[in-house]
Amino acid sequence: MRVETDVLVIGSGAAGMYAAIEAARAGCRVFLIDRSLIGRGGATVMAQMTVAVALGAETPDHWSHHYQDTLTAGRGLCDEPLARLLCEAGPACINQLDAWGIGWARKDGHIAQAFAPGHDRPRCVYVDFLNTGPAVSKTLRGVINKTAGISRAGDLCVVDLATSHGEVTGAVAWHVGSGAPVTISAKATIVATGGLTRLYRRNSASANMGGDGYALALRANAPLIDMEFVQFFPIGHLAPRLIGMDPIMWDPFRYKLGGRLLNNKMEEFTDRYGVAEDGKYVITRDVGTYAILKEVEAGRGSPHGGAYLSFQHCSAEALREAFGPVIDRLAANGIDLMKMPIEVAPIAHYHMGGVAADVRMQTEVPGLLVAGEAVGGANGANRLSGNAITEALVFGQRAGITAAERVKAMRASAPADGHATLDLLRQDAPKNPPNTAEMVQSLQATMADDVGPLRTGAKLERALTRIGEFDAALGERPFGGKQAFDLSRLEWLDLRNMLTVARTVTQAALQRTESRGAHQREDFPGMVADWSVNQVVRRKGNRLDIAPARAAEMAAS
Amino acid sequence: MSETATLKIWRGHDKAAGHWETHEVPFEAGQSVLDGLRWIRVHKDPTLAIRFSCINANACKECMMELDGETVYACTARLEPRAMTLEPLSNKKLVRDLVTEIAPPAERFAAKDR
Repeated sequence: MRVETDVLVIGSGAAGMYAAIEAARAGCRVFLIDRSLIGRGGATVMAQMTVAVALGAETPDHWSHHYQDTLTAGRGLCDEPLARLLCEAGPACINQLDAWGIGWARKDGHIAQAFAPGHDRPRCVYVDFLNTGPAVSKTLRGVINKTAGISRAGDLCVVDLATSHGEVTGAVAWHVGSGAPVTISAKATIVATGGLTRLYRRNSASANMGGDGYALALRANAPLIDMEFVQFFPIGHLAPRLIGMDPIMWDPFRYKLGGRLLNNKMEEFTDRYGVAEDGKYVITRDVGTYAILKEVEAGRGSPHGGAYLSFQHCSAEALREAFGPVIDRLAANGIDLMKMPIEVAPIAHYHMGGVAADVRMQTEVPGLLVAGEAVGGANGANRLSGNAITEALVFGQRAGITAAERVKAMRASAPADGHATLDLLRQDAPKNPPNTAEMVQSLQATMADDVGPLRTGAKLERALTRIGEFDAALGERPFGGKQAFDLSRLEWLDLRNMLTVARTVTQAALQRTESRGAHQREDFPGMVADWSVNQVVRRKGNRLDIAPARAAEMAAS
Repeated sequence: MSETATLKIWRGHDKAAGHWETHEVPFEAGQSVLDGLRWIRVHKDPTLAIRFSCINANACKECMMELDGETVYACTARLEPRAMTLEPLSNKKLVRDLVTEIAPPAERFAAKDR
């Protein structure tokens, strides 16, 4: 099957949807696709609370303060123009969503802004209760429904980008819903596929965030940047087991109620790692993750291998006012926060690295744009709380504008030539292939154990060996058949991307012989001034070439 | 002896020509039905088709199916140490096994439009 469009948008989280709206408003025909259902998969819908933006609604603020906090959190590695764009253009996007009826929480007649760690003042807008992500998703989906020119299709998994004469000309997708290959020709293609948290055993995003976009871009010869920096969210839910709740749900609880992080002696411990919390939520994600894992290593962890988080100091009224119906959902899971602490532990949450792009979201390859978490560099070595949704909206908007400019400047488009990918999909599966679901789980274990927050050269080398073994087991021929919803085939295609991305993360981590932000090398503790550089990953044939390069800096004013 | 949940699962491509499969799943309190189905895919049969994204946040609303004849989200239905019967939604077009076409028509890929 063939489809022809002006702008192909891959991924329907906030970044992809905003890009689609912007390109369509500029007069383009847009084809918005998702490997899951439109507006349902990905990370946006999982966002629990904070969206950082210098609105100045709560206290006076200016984007430059937000920018300064973003650079500080990024430990010296942020791509400064991208970080500045995120902070400077954020308020307009947040106000646009307000005008579209998202329903940001309000108090005393203004949009409420909460304090989050790493910010110098209350700056994070949200939708109660724990409903920010679903509200963003629903609002944008509603606008898309009313915007002319946007065709949408879920269950379309992109296998490869199509290239012609060094430009991206669309993509070849596998329609999960029928098993048919689909060739899509596009004048501009926007990769908005989110991050790579599915590479890890415990993660806070959807099952379909396996780094697809990074692998697609790399195979199309677009470079990646900062791939070693995987953000672990320190207080992901660990125990007791509960259902129907997002594992990052304790973040909003800490924003509103503070809470105490305790070891198995019921002592606060973050001061040992340089941050005294004293019941307030001030510890940044990189330091929080490090502190909890070190406490566990020292034998002071909670029974399931994390830390306790206690809200036992809170009154029933305070809990009810802050979280309303969520308190009932906890009760249904047997959790009474006034009587017991819960256990938390770091969980893969976000990827600072990604596809290298400029402030127009243009990659090095003409015709290929990126948006949202797929973009690398804006957050350096550690992302500030609340910057992910802001970046999705702002970068999505820019990508849509740039795509429309390219479409208008083009006379004719080259049809997508995806014959190599179509040949791949036409092959018959090998006999008795391994279990793909088990392979995904094994890869997640390798990445969590050996390429997690605390790394050593030996662990990273071991991971590279394992990744090589997985590559061999996966082979060159897709498993499964050509029927509808064949998950063996879908997971084969996923693993092909996941293994490429796992290799880039591991190799970049092995090369960075220092500790900075989310990348902690136990054999190279401490930041090293000479390493105040980014690492850029390029594909050279079947090999990865990773070289130091400084991300863009703002010109001194 | 450790407890198990017995999942009786409808499988097939055609509502008129399906079959039932039964799997024993180790039971642990605090698991969802989706956890049980994911266990089966990893340990028994990766070809079992299920639709889900968010795993346990009840955010994506993709894992709708019928449990003992009632429509549920598999991620919020508790796994229990007993026989549980799982079927695709009866009022939606079948795609495969427990997966049905739940997207609004305007958000589906349809070859005829192209």
